[in-house]
Amino acid sequence: MKMDIILAGVGGQGILTIATVIGYAAVKRGWYLKQAEVHGMSQRGGEVQSHLRLSSEPIWSDLIPHGQAAMILSVEPMEALRYLPYLMPTGWLIANRTPVANIPNYPDLETIYKHIEAFPNHILIDADAIAKDVKASRSMNIVMIGAAIGHLSFSTEEIIDAINVIFAPKGEAIVEANLRALQAGLSAVQSK
Amino acid sequence: MEKMMLLGDEALAQGAIDAGISGVYAYPGTPSTEIMEYVQHSKQSAEVGIHRTWSSNEKTALEAAIGMSYAGKRTMACMKHVGLNVAADPYMNSAFTGANGGLLVIVADDPSMHSSQNEQDSRFYGKFAMIPVLEPANQQECYDMAFYGFELSERHHVPIMIRLTTRLSHSRSGVQRRQILPQNAMKQPDDPNQFMLLPAFARLKYKHLIEQQKDFLTDALSSPFNRFDLDGKDNSMGIIACGLAYNYLMENYPQGDIPYPVIKISHHPVPPEPIHTLYRQCDRLLILEEGMPVLEDTIKGMGLGLNKPIHGRLDGTIPRDGELNPVIVARALGLKTSCGLNAPTDLVPRPPALCIGCPHIDSYNALNDALAEYGKGHVFSDIGCYTLGFLPPYNAIDSCVDMGASITMAKGAADAGLFPAVAVIGDSTFAHSGLTGLLDCTYDKTNVVIVILDNATTGMTGGQDYTAAGRLEDICKGLGVESDHIRVFTPFKRNHDEMVQIYKEEIAYNGVSVVIPRRECVQTLKRKNRME
Repeated sequence: MKMDIILAGVGGQGILTIATVIGYAAVKRGWYLKQAEVHGMSQRGGEVQSHLRLSSEPIWSDLIPHGQAAMILSVEPMEALRYLPYLMPTGWLIANRTPVANIPNYPDLETIYKHIEAFPNHILIDADAIAKDVKASRSMNIVMIGAAIGHLSFSTEEIIDAINVIFAPKGEAIVEANLRALQAGLSAVQSK
Repeated sequence: MEKMMLLGDEALAQGAIDAGISGVYAYPGTPSTEIMEYVQHSKQSAEVGIHRTWSSNEKTALEAAIGMSYAGKRTMACMKHVGLNVAADPYMNSAFTGANGGLLVIVADDPSMHSSQNEQDSRFYGKFAMIPVLEPANQQECYDMAFYGFELSERHHVPIMIRLTTRLSHSRSGVQRRQILPQNAMKQPDDPNQFMLLPAFARLKYKHLIEQQKDFLTDALSSPFNRFDLDGKDNSMGIIACGLAYNYLMENYPQGDIPYPVIKISHHPVPPEPIHTLYRQCDRLLILEEGMPVLEDTIKGMGLGLNKPIHGRLDGTIPRDGELNPVIVARALGLKTSCGLNAPTDLVPRPPALCIGCPHIDSYNALNDALAEYGKGHVFSDIGCYTLGFLPPYNAIDSCVDMGASITMAKGAADAGLFPAVAVIGDSTFAHSGLTGLLDCTYDKTNVVIVILDNATTGMTGGQDYTAAGRLEDICKGLGVESDHIRVFTPFKRNHDEMVQIYKEEIAYNGVSVVIPRRECVQTLKRKNRME
């Protein structure tokens, strides 16, 4: 069993936390993990991505080969499209609707949505609004995990366990907010 | 023991801690920064009292490490590839002095220039200094090579380079730890002249280093990090893969069914015998390496005879520049590659930018207004977040070459008659390499305005301390800048007119002026507020 995921977003949006949560679930299961991150200059509001590779067998490359990712999980709509060459035709394109428009020439948003909706397996939700609705406005990234859970090869229980462990040092209130965010992301997809 | 999930940088740091290191020296630089940060945040290193404060620059860092090695302790200096240029003087000479306590030079290269002003391959420096180079292929090797490197260094009394690249430095995976070793006791060198490079000694030391080369080759032949799998069933091609490139090779044969003979090199210098054997046995060679064609050059210089092709970066089988990935390697192997859909053409790039609220924005807006009457081409800048001031809407700077070059380039241009000549340098970059340039200016009474953007941190690498923090005015005074021409202000939009006025006054002054816009980095401020 293996699962290659491209996590995408803009510097500062918290994609590494997504990697930590999903990665924890994989390692807990005894899987191997490789996770390539972007540090440095791009973290200043630039495009960032993380290659998250999970497998029951040893993993060689830190980078996912083109056409082999089972999922692009993006916390920003335009960034979801940037990594399409990595996604296998049967893979899932999962994106947040709320843009980070920190550039003057951000493309037309409706066109961006259309590109995403043109992909056969896609989920497009407004994770920022959903996070706010459940009073967890800083947990937009966890809403996105909730939206992806059905296609992750990990059970909801495994992800909940990961959130409990990873956020425990930050206190109960933060753990609760993230669990609400996860559930809200999951419900948003199920209600569609 | 349970595996730890560590970045390549962190795995190396944890390995060094467990291998009994006594001191780490470094200046921040992507992708090497996390090595020192890991040691600084490690409880274990605090408990055993490992020295772990930042140095002013890579040269001072490596010199301090050489001193700690002199005193018999295990130590390492960590830097990015261009940092080794700064440290090249002590580095080259350390090959002559050799080591007493284990001495590692850790260099993280940045092929594809994700966060760098150039692309260079530190393995050339390894050949240049004639010392062994270890090139880990994965996080576990990063950890293990710290132990192995110290052991080699102490066995041969020679510094060892460990060469990382961005992809490994910043990729996380499971690492199995080993039994922790105690630190060395303090012990000066047995030979009191070991670190004395007067020419009469240096000549002997060079002969000794040349003499050692055959031992280094013998080590590489039996190194646990090199593999010589010469029994391929298809001899139409022989493959030599270095470090990370070996992973990309293996990725392309998920069942482990690679038909060709393969040599994996993660411990240099590369021993010639197996290369000769592989060349004789196969119709052609393919060389896979991350970075420049260092090994390819070396192998082509081995006098292999016969006229069989050698493929790699030099003949275009692999692109000449940039980092490798599994797809590039698949193409070189003649394998079919898959690809998803193309990204839509209406996507636009999202370059990094100064943060919202960044003090540099206000400093640049005022500087632009102060310089408006002189036209473009007067501002020499440096390496840091503020280099992003080149981009619109600021368009505030005209150069970025190397750490400290803002001040000295402004000086040279002023000497040539350019007026005004303005240098813009960050506070940490100033501590790294600005002081000596400023001394040149005051010595010559050069007509320059030096703007030291003081955000109280090393910003671009994520907010590290630096050695001159809180002492900038005293340092400038000590280097000969007149007190009246050291001007400090707080860069806020509301102070714009005052800032423009100060810049204009100092441009008008015929001599060395230092202007210090001082306001804390918004990122470090945010982090501090979160912790409170």
